[in-house]
Amino acid sequence: MLNSLTIAELGAMLSRRECSAREATQSCLDRITAVDGRIHAFLSLDAADALAQADAADARLAARERGPLLGVPVAVKDVLAVKGQPLRCGSKILGKFVSPYDATVIERLRAAGAVVFGRLNMDEFAMGSSTENSAFGPTFNPWDTSRIPGGSSGGSAAAVVADEAIATLGSDTGGSVRQPAALCGCVGLKPTYGRVSRYGLVAFASSLDQIGSCTKTARDAATILGVIGGHDPRDSTSVPEPAPDFAAGLDGGIRGLKLGLPKEYFIGGLDAEVKSAVDTAVKQLESLGAEVREISLPHTEYAIATYYIIATAEASANLARFDGVRYGARVDGADPIEMYCRTRGAGFGAEVKRRIILGTYVLSSGYHDAYYLRAQKVRTLIRRDFLDAFEQVDAIVTPVTPAAAFKVGEKCEDPLQMYLFDVFTLSCNLAGICGISVPCGFTSAPKLPIGLQLLGKPMGEATLLRIAHAYEQSTPWHREKPPLPS
Amino acid sequence: MATPMNIHYVAHLARLALAPEEERHLGAQLGHVLGYIEKLKEVDVSQVEPTAHAVPLLNVTRPDAVRPSLPHEDALRNAPAELNGLFRVPKIVE
Repeated sequence: MLNSLTIAELGAMLSRRECSAREATQSCLDRITAVDGRIHAFLSLDAADALAQADAADARLAARERGPLLGVPVAVKDVLAVKGQPLRCGSKILGKFVSPYDATVIERLRAAGAVVFGRLNMDEFAMGSSTENSAFGPTFNPWDTSRIPGGSSGGSAAAVVADEAIATLGSDTGGSVRQPAALCGCVGLKPTYGRVSRYGLVAFASSLDQIGSCTKTARDAATILGVIGGHDPRDSTSVPEPAPDFAAGLDGGIRGLKLGLPKEYFIGGLDAEVKSAVDTAVKQLESLGAEVREISLPHTEYAIATYYIIATAEASANLARFDGVRYGARVDGADPIEMYCRTRGAGFGAEVKRRIILGTYVLSSGYHDAYYLRAQKVRTLIRRDFLDAFEQVDAIVTPVTPAAAFKVGEKCEDPLQMYLFDVFTLSCNLAGICGISVPCGFTSAPKLPIGLQLLGKPMGEATLLRIAHAYEQSTPWHREKPPLPS
Repeated sequence: MATPMNIHYVAHLARLALAPEEERHLGAQLGHVLGYIEKLKEVDVSQVEPTAHAVPLLNVTRPDAVRPSLPHEDALRNAPAELNGLFRVPKIVE
């Protein structure tokens, strides 16, 4: 089935004209019809538009144009602007919003000939770790539909693992690509802050947000990043450096690379099966020639508190724009203030309200220095920990999550427990470095995916992808498929 | 221990209408979260500069030239209410 192929496999078939982009796209659409009633990865889908793009790609292929994404169906998280398509961020407050322009990453995917389709489910405004905060109902884990797929890019990870798309885009503010990738069993890449333009990405926490991908292999992640990465003058935080050819160095092996194991990440609270899978993966990396040593990231225990102050503060400012004036839903009031309050009270879900309140509080007069300014200072220490560690090692190896996917509903009433689940992924965003999650095993009963996280230097994606690829070539985990009807 | 947050006041600052039940519920949940983030008080930050942003880019500018922007009608297309090419809102001044 074409929908179960990787970008590399499908791209090779397309370039040899052994199949058409239309057939590949139709195969994804058929798969969605067959399984998405159980997964709910997609909020909406414009099949006619997808097939029209596929036909355009077939015309380019017929004209002998070639490219790694030409004709490849790529689905998109509901947080990225795709011209003429709905954009709701998993929220009711955007109403019937239709994007008036393409995000930069979408422009680049289109230029490369990808078939950009679908709106993937997510926690409302990317705030959550389970996709249960979507106003349109949760997404379910393809390995066990009584469990969450992770979040906030739960739709992006589940769609790839359920073979509903060849690859997907998500966004990662505190782990929102890497964590669902780990819980669903695919490769999730969060590039360095500034590597990928955020133009057309709805802002959650602007100093932490970065667009990333969910793919079936590390090679596919390299291909996507090569297309969407690189400088964009429309995002002033985009680093003025061209994206290198990330796929070029993939087969270089990892002999002699130095990998650090942060001792603060291997302490109490880590599930025994997750720990065992990660330990085994580390031994595998050693057997491939890497040198492994223990390192310390001493401020790790402060990452969650720091993150939830900074992310909520930035969110409270960013989400001020949803006031019922220029777009989205509106609830009328006698004056503008009443209209704003009613619109926002009716339009936002519980988690978004919690974070707006917390963010407003930590920025409010009398509390700013005690919370927000202090968190920004601790952020400096967290970032410094990583930069010091990268003086000694080429990459850092950790678990992605403390445990495998939990049950739907299990943590809904306890936000703090939900936040603690992100303990291993948040620091990467605070430090502005890059990170990748790769499948590294399964729990025994039930069988649920486990992820391995690699963290790299700023702009060090090529090294991370090389390690991930070497690991993947020597292990079977990424080839396992969930028990869904075919 | 942190001073209990005045949810009603903060919700007004955030222009967020909350039902009394929501206020109670959010207040209890945020109490736990605030208790947790108190932990940052342990850290000595007296000699540390704040980080607002992880990438050292300063004063990013573009040429001051006229360029096409979003057409007027596209900007209004998602408006909940419009009048004469403008966003329509409730009366602001009498």
